[in-house]
Amino acid sequence: MAESGQLLPDPKGVRRLIRIDTVTKRYPDGTVAVDRLSLEIPDRSITVLVGPSGCGKTTTLRMINRMVEPSEGSILLDGVDIREQPVNSLRRSMGYVIQNAGLFQHRTIVDNIATVPRLLGWSRSKSRARAMELMERVGLDSALAKRYPYQLSGGQQQRVGVARALAADPPVLLMDEPFSAVDPVVRKGLQDELLRIQDELGKTIVFVTHDIDEAIKLGTTVAVLRTGGRLAQYAPPAELLTAPADAFVEDFLGTDRGIRRLSFFGTEGLELKRAPIVTVDTTAEEVAARTDVDDDVPYLLVTDRDGRPLGWSEPAALAAGPVDVARLLPHGRPFRHGGESLRAALDCAVLSPTGWAVAVDGTGRAVGVVSQQAIGEAIRTAHAERTTGAAGDDGSTGGGALGDADAATGAEVAG
Amino acid sequence: MSGFFDLPSDLQHSWLGLIGLHLREALLPVLAGLLVSLPIAQLCVRFRWLYAPVLGLTTVLYAIPSLAFFVVLIDYTGQTELTVMIPLAVYSLVVLVPAIVDGVRSVPQETLAAATAMGFGPVRRYVQVQLPIAVPAIIAGLRVATVSSISLVSVGMLIGNQGALGNLLNDANIYHRPELAVNSVVTTAALAILADAALVLVRRLLTPWMPHGTRRRAPAEAADAAEAGPEPAVPALEDTVR
Ligand SMILES: Nc1ncnc2c1ncn2[C@@H]1O[C@H](COP(=O)(O)OP(=O)(O)OP(=O)(O)O)[C@@H](O)[C@H]1O
Ligand SMILES: [Mg+2]
Repeated sequence: MAESGQLLPDPKGVRRLIRIDTVTKRYPDGTVAVDRLSLEIPDRSITVLVGPSGCGKTTTLRMINRMVEPSEGSILLDGVDIREQPVNSLRRSMGYVIQNAGLFQHRTIVDNIATVPRLLGWSRSKSRARAMELMERVGLDSALAKRYPYQLSGGQQQRVGVARALAADPPVLLMDEPFSAVDPVVRKGLQDELLRIQDELGKTIVFVTHDIDEAIKLGTTVAVLRTGGRLAQYAPPAELLTAPADAFVEDFLGTDRGIRRLSFFGTEGLELKRAPIVTVDTTAEEVAARTDVDDDVPYLLVTDRDGRPLGWSEPAALAAGPVDVARLLPHGRPFRHGGESLRAALDCAVLSPTGWAVAVDGTGRAVGVVSQQAIGEAIRTAHAERTTGAAGDDGSTGGGALGDADAATGAEVAG
Repeated sequence: MSGFFDLPSDLQHSWLGLIGLHLREALLPVLAGLLVSLPIAQLCVRFRWLYAPVLGLTTVLYAIPSLAFFVVLIDYTGQTELTVMIPLAVYSLVVLVPAIVDGVRSVPQETLAAATAMGFGPVRRYVQVQLPIAVPAIIAGLRVATVSSISLVSVGMLIGNQGALGNLLNDANIYHRPELAVNSVVTTAALAILADAALVLVRRLLTPWMPHGTRRRAPAEAADAAEAGPEPAVPALEDTVR
């Protein structure tokens, strides 16, 4: 697994890997906000700090850019203590996004985004050009450039916050509950946007949230902190859901973690049945011939001539004559075979009036149907595979033996 | 007899001349007060414990009658404009210091944190972030200080006709010309109103970023709708994203 010292810097020589080494923060009033925390934050991935209110997430984040100084321990950036460079140059190399964006209300959007480039001494025109480029990247209409923050919606302001943090192309991005003040629909859009941007830019992101769903959705690795600033578990999301380290983590994950875990299982292994699919112009004789083949499916899925699902029909109704599309049972939402998770497939089956889920390909053509039962079997198989893998280190944190791509993150844990 | 604008020669000024004099005697102290208040306010923001005693001190100074100031100052500065302006400058502190402190403190925590996190040093942060955002509060203070200063200048007539338009009051008495008193009062009031209006204009120019009225909200709301619009259309891919 990756060790900080051995990890080669990327071709541009940019420092990215953050190592928090037995750090304690005691505030002057005696509050211990962070207690002997050790974390190795891998580069080019999203590390989420999650935990209940007051568990020291913000404090931890702010120690990384030295807005808060640790009482004990040290923080290394690619092996070099962060105290070895001037504090303002350190901060300018780390983008910072906070709740409510914290925009400068007295500056236009474009000038807000251009702040750090200006601080770094770029010319006004170059900074602005860069700002306009970023507006596009985060999905903001360039017509908003000359507006002031009060003229933007909360979601737009948050996008400006992200653009501003990215303006000088910092290798590290620190985000403190950036999306918690917007409504769920906008939040989901912002999360998807962040993942897309991360795919393109490959920053080292440390993301703070108190929302475990957000942590699981965004995190490559998730650090669960408990009150008092101690690390409870540091693991990829799938491992967190499979093997919570203790009762606290389990409780924090919520009651439906079994269902949520299904998000991490693909649908490519599902056995689809193609026989019950008939096109709308199939004749009654052909239908009769086909139902003989596979009589454990009580319904037939009727598609249009292109293969797009129209609805379910009882075989008897089809055998009686031409298909009346208006009288078909609705097929519900189909899932993309291979593209969506077992959770999506199960959801489709549960919501389908026939209890069968419809699988489609990327273009929306039906490729098969699958029963709740078959999905249930797939779930059991998947669970069995994972738990035999993880059984060896039951209860421990980090270093999980999951065959997950996310496991290669050098999780390191201190008690 | 003589008209409304025929001023007695002992004033040594035309009506317009008196107005110029009056504005100078009223506005220079406010300006000086502002220059002194800025660092004092900054200290009060930096060291919270300082604010209460400073506020107490400015209030006590404000409570000293101008005559008492004149009696003390006249030994040093004589019967000059300066003797009038020094107390006025001191009085302006009682409004300006709290106006600036409150304005600077009203800058949202998130904004300050963002500035610090982006690598603003304390001085740059004060000048480029805190002060600009405090402008509306500072100008609100300046408006009060300016209007009261304009009306207070008149007391200067007590020390050898250093009261600009106020001197007209004295002459109205001496020459039994009540219209001079009316002239003094009306002109002073008009100056106060105009100075106030000018400050409102300055604030408008300095703060294009302030929400004003409901008129400008319309485009922002249209954009809200545009923002919310495409979001639900994002297919339910959350399961596959990771
Ligand atoms: N400046 C400070 N002085 C004293 N105590 C502080 C200070 N800042 C934070 N604390 C305390 O340290 C602990 C951790 O605070 P922190 O802000 O890091 O929590 P958090 O995990 O970010 O919480 P939240 O989810 O509510 O934002 C809390 O108990 C808090 O009261
Ligand atoms: Mg916090």
